[in-house]
Amino acid sequence: MTALIGAAAGTGPPTGAEPPPPGPRRRRWIPYLLLLPGGVWLLLFFVVPLVQLAGTSLYDRAGSLELGYSQTFAFGNFVDAITAYWPQLLRSAVYAGIATVICLVLGYPLAYAIAQKSGRWRNLLLVCVIAPFFTTFLVRTLAWKAILSDNGSVAGFFRSLPFVPDDFRLLATPVAVVCGLVYNFLPFMVLPLYASLERLDGRLLEASRDLYATPSATFRKVTLPLSMPGVVAGTLLTFIPAAGDFINAELLGTPNEYMIGNVIDSAFLVRLDYPQAAALSFLLMATILVMVFTYVRRAGTDEVV
Amino acid sequence: MSTDLVLENVTKRFGAMTAVDDLSVTVPQGSFFALLGASGCGKTTTLRMVAGLEDLTSGSIRLGDEDITGLRPYRRPVNTVFQSYALFPHLDIGDNIAFGLRRRGVRDVAKKIGEMLDLVQLAGFEKRKPVQLSGGQQQRIALARALVNEPQVLLLDEPLGALDLKLRRQMQIELKRIQTEVGITFLHVTHDQDEAMWMADTVAVMNNGRIEQLGPPTEIYEFPRSPFVSNFLGQSNLFAAEVAGHSGDDLELTAHGARFAAPAARAHSTDGRVWLGVRPEKVRLALPGEDAPANHNQVRGVLTDTCYAGVSTEYLLKTPWGQEMSVFSANAAAGEPLSPGTEVVAHWYPPHSFVLDRPAGTGDEVSQYAADPLGVAP
Repeated sequence: MTALIGAAAGTGPPTGAEPPPPGPRRRRWIPYLLLLPGGVWLLLFFVVPLVQLAGTSLYDRAGSLELGYSQTFAFGNFVDAITAYWPQLLRSAVYAGIATVICLVLGYPLAYAIAQKSGRWRNLLLVCVIAPFFTTFLVRTLAWKAILSDNGSVAGFFRSLPFVPDDFRLLATPVAVVCGLVYNFLPFMVLPLYASLERLDGRLLEASRDLYATPSATFRKVTLPLSMPGVVAGTLLTFIPAAGDFINAELLGTPNEYMIGNVIDSAFLVRLDYPQAAALSFLLMATILVMVFTYVRRAGTDEVV
Repeated sequence: MSTDLVLENVTKRFGAMTAVDDLSVTVPQGSFFALLGASGCGKTTTLRMVAGLEDLTSGSIRLGDEDITGLRPYRRPVNTVFQSYALFPHLDIGDNIAFGLRRRGVRDVAKKIGEMLDLVQLAGFEKRKPVQLSGGQQQRIALARALVNEPQVLLLDEPLGALDLKLRRQMQIELKRIQTEVGITFLHVTHDQDEAMWMADTVAVMNNGRIEQLGPPTEIYEFPRSPFVSNFLGQSNLFAAEVAGHSGDDLELTAHGARFAAPAARAHSTDGRVWLGVRPEKVRLALPGEDAPANHNQVRGVLTDTCYAGVSTEYLLKTPWGQEMSVFSANAAAGEPLSPGTEVVAHWYPPHSFVLDRPAGTGDEVSQYAADPLGVAP
């Protein structure tokens, strides 16, 4: 046996028998190195604070910043928060949902036109979509306050219509808040839609027309399904920040239009009720996660998340 | 009722560029018709106009008695097999094939899908996605997706262009079989002369937006009408010649001081300036010591290049007046190919000649009609 092995070993070339390790294997650590900076960042500034926030949400609410909090695993904080603020939580979902649908209705044709029909104007139009970002969020929302104000021309136009009461107003109504949300988050809808529509192969549209599909059938059976990744991404990028937004409700609404973001804002900064603020933050997160998962399931593109 | 496809005075301009120039052609029902030409000759534009994907600048397109010129593509009883296949990536193979049927409200599609997959020999592929298929398989599915609609005309836009040579040959045979089986008119666009000749009943050679010659492959190859056709479909040796007289059924020609004969029946022009043409494979080589048959047309020359290609040997020889002439010699006999530098006599049987018009103003240069106008031949 030993002789056989020895003979076998002896017949092989002395060094060439072992193939050199392939390049990719030696560089296996590179992906981890690439992950490292982002991973460390997320660990320090996302995971750690999140755990801390989870802890805070279970503190005894009797404590205060001056006296200190004691960890009592007070799950009742969540019950209290829901009982007290379910209308704001529901309103956040409804406002953000309406704003997302309006963004989709406005954004899809816009993204389609830029991606498929704009020719040499494409880049200019894309800049126009992003241009509002050159001004701060706050100023843009304040501008809407002026646009929708009672003395403004928009409200004036509506009042001039027949059957519209003289005390008609836009500012400080749900309409104003939704308008603000739509305006502020529209680019987040348009850009992913544009990205997926821009990749749409025109030859597939020709094939569809050739195969007896009317323009509307081509849209339903080819264009829309192929742009679903863009629709899903745009919807999520619009809905998630809109649901947590508080600036629009603060500036364009009244406490009657306050969303959950406003409540969290005041719990943290005005009432200094940290446990409740933390509990509300988690509730918001849970609501969004549930809605997103339901939506992605329905949209049939689990790969996206 | 006949449903021939008739194009009448069809013109298409893109800005200042005329892609298709006053083209009139009839594609008989049930035929396998090839539009052959180099890229940019207008053949694909012609096909797209028949499909309705391109508007006509002027002219009309009829299918049987129906004028389909202004009809939307989705209202035309024609379907296309696209060069890129254009299968819908989000649908499985079954849904791809059923796409056209469903748009027309056909309900029970499963049976038809099965039949089509049998026809293209991909039975059982219903549930796969296009990306899981090889190029050749995608090509077959594209064919099935078009054929399942039983169009009156099937348009094929360079459908085999993306396949490798072996698969292409296989698909050519397959396409011909399927066409015979279904009996639908096939209008096939290609730049590949072999493909056109192998498959089509009728070939139309296009150049600069016009049809230069139309006919069965044998006729176009054996009796080309213009220098362009003679060198686009295969190769030809063309000699600038003048008609010197008639002798019985033959034309007597002079070219570069030598005398040649050609049957008058194989002449497109019977007086004045002409091109005398002969295909390289019709020409034999004789060594100076050997006797070439006395009644053959003869050209002396020196071999400049010998290219052994397995089934044949391709020779280039230089004539005394400096023109290059190519000769293909079948490797049927034993023996070594001749070496460059050998003095030879090239000769051919006069009925293998053809005579083309050489209008005044056309020089003696044939380089403008050089073979391989595409620059793609290996």
